[in-house]
Amino acid sequence: MTNPTITGAEIVIRCLNEEKVKFVFGYPGGAVLHIYDEIYKQNGFKHILVRHEQAAVHAADAFSRATGEVGVALVTSGPGATNAVTGIATAYMDSIPLVVISGQVPVPAIGMDAFQEVDMVGITRPCVKHNFLVKDVKDIAATMKKAFYIAASGRPGPVVVDIPKDITAHLAEYIYPKSVEMRSYSPVLKGHSGQIKKAVKLLLEAKRPMIYTGGGLVLGDAAPELVKLARALNYPVTNTLMGLGGYPATDSQFVGMLGMHGSYEANMAMQNCDVLIAVGARFDDRVIGNPKHFDVKGRTIIHIDVDPSSISKRVKVDVPIVGHVQSVLREMNDVLAAEHANAKPNIADWWKQINEWRAVKSMVYQNSTEVIKPQYVIEKLWEVTKGDAYVTSDVGQHQMWAAQYYKFDKPRRWINSGGLGTMGVGLPYAMGCQFADKHAQVACVTGEGSIQMNIQELSTCAQYGLPIKVILLNNRYLGMVRQWQEFFYENRYSESYMDSLPDFVKLAESYGHVGMQITKPGDVEGALKEAFAKKDKFVFMDFITDQDENVFPMIPNGAGLSEMILGKEK
Amino acid sequence: MKHIISLLMENEAGALSRVAGLFSARAYNIESLTVAPTEDPTLSRMTIVTSGSDDVIEQIIKQLNKLIDVVKVLDLNDGKFIERELMLVKVKATGAFREEMKRMCDIFRGRIIDVADGSFTIELTGSGTKLDAFIESLDKAAILETVRTGASGIGRGDRILKI
Repeated sequence: MTNPTITGAEIVIRCLNEEKVKFVFGYPGGAVLHIYDEIYKQNGFKHILVRHEQAAVHAADAFSRATGEVGVALVTSGPGATNAVTGIATAYMDSIPLVVISGQVPVPAIGMDAFQEVDMVGITRPCVKHNFLVKDVKDIAATMKKAFYIAASGRPGPVVVDIPKDITAHLAEYIYPKSVEMRSYSPVLKGHSGQIKKAVKLLLEAKRPMIYTGGGLVLGDAAPELVKLARALNYPVTNTLMGLGGYPATDSQFVGMLGMHGSYEANMAMQNCDVLIAVGARFDDRVIGNPKHFDVKGRTIIHIDVDPSSISKRVKVDVPIVGHVQSVLREMNDVLAAEHANAKPNIADWWKQINEWRAVKSMVYQNSTEVIKPQYVIEKLWEVTKGDAYVTSDVGQHQMWAAQYYKFDKPRRWINSGGLGTMGVGLPYAMGCQFADKHAQVACVTGEGSIQMNIQELSTCAQYGLPIKVILLNNRYLGMVRQWQEFFYENRYSESYMDSLPDFVKLAESYGHVGMQITKPGDVEGALKEAFAKKDKFVFMDFITDQDENVFPMIPNGAGLSEMILGKEK
Repeated sequence: MKHIISLLMENEAGALSRVAGLFSARAYNIESLTVAPTEDPTLSRMTIVTSGSDDVIEQIIKQLNKLIDVVKVLDLNDGKFIERELMLVKVKATGAFREEMKRMCDIFRGRIIDVADGSFTIELTGSGTKLDAFIESLDKAAILETVRTGASGIGRGDRILKI
């Protein structure tokens, strides 16, 4: 007996339900009308109507970052699809698992320059883990299964499924495959045992060890395994921008974030260590600066990563371990416990050195009673939220201050666009986090430049009653651009001034939100408390901050880790 | 250094563009690229001639392996292999040239596959360097047109690329 046939659109919905998708972020349009009609008839997942397709993908992306589940977005063909591209590229650069379903013109119209036609598979090819154009209704279910599998396994990433409109109306039997077997794709999960033993031995022999972890540790849910390893060894730990929360920031072994705006102690320890273990991190240009300068001081490098192509890409690695970070770290802990139970590495001299670097206090800033310092707002945000909020950011100075001054103790709490550096992610990211955890405190730290790149989402937040708190650090400048112009272009502030800003308080109020403007340092803490006390309200907080504040320390582009510029005050 | 990379990939629409796109996106050199289905129609075999330092070649192999449609990748330069390329050359063949062209063709073990009033078309198979040598040895003014397939390669003996 054969199963009854159903439409392609219904198959899409059934697949999403099969994958236990809770939210689909999307925007309807001609090519996806059949799918939207089926959404109307179902209640397996909730569809969230955004105001721009870019925000749909960002929100799905943040939902994934916060929960670890695959995020799902749905957009129409043509402009709907191209609007989604920035969101897809953002997720790709940070290895976030997404399934993005895009509508396409009917199969016979493909290539005819039809209305709202764009070659979505071609456009997204360089910024997806994989993509599909489904040309037969019978292939929808198997393709969806593959899409979810590819997105979430190995090194995660976004997968686009482009579905022509006529296919969603055609009929087929619904058969959802139980599992996927692909001869061309089978990610390595378990690390090589010999390499793992070698790594443990090297770590124990180190005189100046360093643990460096990135976004891969967070995505691989390996924070508990890392904490266990680091505590057993008593070694210093640094996190990349993407890796914050991978190790508790309030722990004494944590030396802060490293990289272009990292702490002095983290960068100096990174440069001067003799054995470095990198976990789910990729030695990128914002992290180690100039690789030649990094190479000057020789060190033995152990690198754990699920993606072999991340290993020895910018920096030559001595002990590569390809595998899922959680499984590899677990095995390292086992080897440590079983074979080196009595090993007590003594690195007191190294800690003494690190503490001397710490004494430089590279993160201390000059506070003021006259004008609000952005760093102070973040410190108070951390206090008021008891360090337990989901903090999203946009891109620029405020992003760095949030990373430097909010001490993340848990993974998946710091949500930002590290790889692509996409301005405009902050508000849709906050939406994704709030949908992931409706009772959580969600703060969107942003700038007046970035927030205007997706400000239309204030409307979405109103529609779904999302009690997000926007922390706008308003310095009337594209701050990071201005900072570079001050340092490297002799103060020629070309187009970095933000003129004709809206009255953000009134703007927020016009959507039914609460708006606040804070101009005095003395009001910062009280205002934050007042805002977070409004548990069911969206509060837009416009902090008028110091216009001239810069992000320190800073490693100029192309310089080495030990060539930091410290703050003016020092 | 020049490397010949062989790979097996799913014979699906767009698979070729994923490989070509990877090379341009990551600024890798591509000297030639040939692709055709294998005896198993679900698989295509591609031969890519590229060049770069050992580090670059290592990254190329890793990045190719990362493409979801790619089933297997082999750097032929890791062992013994045979390389062949086919070239068709149309040359002037008038008067004394006619005999000269015939002789050059014989020396290089080519075949004349088309004879016209003023020209010959010569078919020549061999390694890229042999084909280069043939071109070098001809009078430039005599060459009317050349077309080359790009190299195909296969491992010697029991070096087999198969799934």
